[in-house]
Amino acid sequence: MNQHLISLPILLPMFGALVLLLSGKASDRSHRRLSIAFTVLLAIVTLLLLQRAAGGELTFYALGNWQPPFGIVLMLDRLSALMLSLTAVLALGCVIFASAGDDVRGSNFHGLFQLQLMGLNGAFLTGDIFNLFVFFEITLLASYALLMHGGGKERVGAGLHYVILNVAGSALFLIALGVLYGATGTLNMADMGRRVATMSGDQAALVTAGALLLIVVFSLKAALLPLYFWLPRTYSSAPAPVAALFAIMTKLGLYAILRVNSLIFADSDAESAIQGWLWWSGLATILLAAIGVLAARDLRPLVAYLVLVSVGTLLAAASLSTTAATTALLYYLPHTTLICGVLFLIAELIGQQRGKAGTRLVRARRLHQRYLLGGLFLAAAVGVVGLPPLAGSLAKLLLMQAAEGSARLWLWPLLLLAGLSALIAMSRAGSVFFWASYKGEVAAGKVTRPQLVGVVWLLASAPLLVVFAGPISHYSQATAEQLAMPQVVIQQLLGDEPTRDLVQSRQPFHDQTQGDTL
Amino acid sequence: MEALFALVVGVLTASGIYLLLRGRTFPVIVGLALLGYAVNLFLFSTGGLNTHAAAVIGESITPTDPLPQALVLTAIVIGFSMTAFVVILAIRARSDLGSDHVDGQQGEDGDAPR
Repeated sequence: MNQHLISLPILLPMFGALVLLLSGKASDRSHRRLSIAFTVLLAIVTLLLLQRAAGGELTFYALGNWQPPFGIVLMLDRLSALMLSLTAVLALGCVIFASAGDDVRGSNFHGLFQLQLMGLNGAFLTGDIFNLFVFFEITLLASYALLMHGGGKERVGAGLHYVILNVAGSALFLIALGVLYGATGTLNMADMGRRVATMSGDQAALVTAGALLLIVVFSLKAALLPLYFWLPRTYSSAPAPVAALFAIMTKLGLYAILRVNSLIFADSDAESAIQGWLWWSGLATILLAAIGVLAARDLRPLVAYLVLVSVGTLLAAASLSTTAATTALLYYLPHTTLICGVLFLIAELIGQQRGKAGTRLVRARRLHQRYLLGGLFLAAAVGVVGLPPLAGSLAKLLLMQAAEGSARLWLWPLLLLAGLSALIAMSRAGSVFFWASYKGEVAAGKVTRPQLVGVVWLLASAPLLVVFAGPISHYSQATAEQLAMPQVVIQQLLGDEPTRDLVQSRQPFHDQTQGDTL
Repeated sequence: MEALFALVVGVLTASGIYLLLRGRTFPVIVGLALLGYAVNLFLFSTGGLNTHAAAVIGESITPTDPLPQALVLTAIVIGFSMTAFVVILAIRARSDLGSDHVDGQQGEDGDAPR
């Protein structure tokens, strides 16, 4: 059982999705209970895995016992364990929030939600790059349906763009995989990394081309500068619990970039090209997103632009690829994901008490539960802006410390200015919502208990990340160190056997590949 | 054969991208389908182009790499489901937005030059 635990984050949501989709006639109540139960189970499993990975142990699981590098392996290291637990924690908050009534506006919300979790968990666990593509597609298919949940003009319009863009992105992903497979003759990430390290000449140039194509695809998912224009509209039109879950979707792109960068393209020709691209577009993303934050006339796009600020910050940090920068990034990651998620939920709560005005930044009637909502909004705003008592400030300090030399010159002003513009925009939004109001209240839209539980569950993470800052930053430092040593993964998965022997055994295929295509 | 193959993949990709950039949903979907074909052909070629070489050991003297064929199969299945989904979505968008323009803003007169 213990050795199969690593496959549970994929199997459990899959089973949950099947049960929920097949029991379509059961009452909403039982659907909600089942869905929450499956998500809680998932959270427990991921925490067990986190505990296992924290010791630095690498766990591999060969699917169907087909041995690597030929079969598909699942791989659990500190980074995947962190992403898995983060997803489960976020998902639990979203699913509880959705149980307040958002889930019955369309059909099959909970089943699709579990499918999305399955795709996300699979992408975080897999050690095979084509399998990564498959799990990306599962995640995307579920997200298409979830995005359109409840229907409506705005959602269908935004959904059409999102779907077309991502289908085109998938085509690019496949081309990148084809190039990489043609050059290296393997799909296992560790094996690919081992072969890329010893390559030179034409093959190395081909690998660089494939690597950059791959980074373009992941940048599309992560919403990096030239490829982020889909995000604000999509996220602001999605139903609140779905938008909150989507906060992890951009991080999926980031995870994929970190993974391929550290495991496959470390010390190859491609690495410096990737880093340059990520650094400048990360910085430009921060800049433009900060302008977007100030320009937003509605709370939802505002939060969507805040997601973009965090994406830019994370990717700029990823491009520094020093242990200190990766540590800061991994400490910032859970905080920003959960806070951006909870802001979408709070926006929904504010919108439902303002009648027609919704979340637009205009004067409207007084909020019914202004103290409760004001308190929640204040806490989330402090968190997202990165003001001292909460974890955002610590993470930014760590990051600013990690930047060295001329990187400081660019990163410091942009990061601080983005923080300032977020502060201005959030204070303005808060003043409009809670102070600039007419007399009289809209009685409808009281915050229900599940909604409150979901929001508080996610919001509680912010103080917890500060209280446990010590262990968490130790964990992220250990993760960064693990990422910096891909040789350990390669050695543990494939043994000490030199590459040469493996190529020899695959000679009939490989020889022809090279002979015919070159 | 290599030149012909490369030409076919290139032309399919170019047509796919051209159509993808059009303003109406129907050409966009056809463009996505063409791009999908180009990608499948390209994936197929990553194992090397061989004639009279089955992907089964023992059937021919030099068996070809079976993995790209498995990849193409997966890509076809996923591409097919995605295309089906986009078609339905486009029909839905047409009825909800009242126009089959991808931005949903222009009236029925459509792509008249501005």
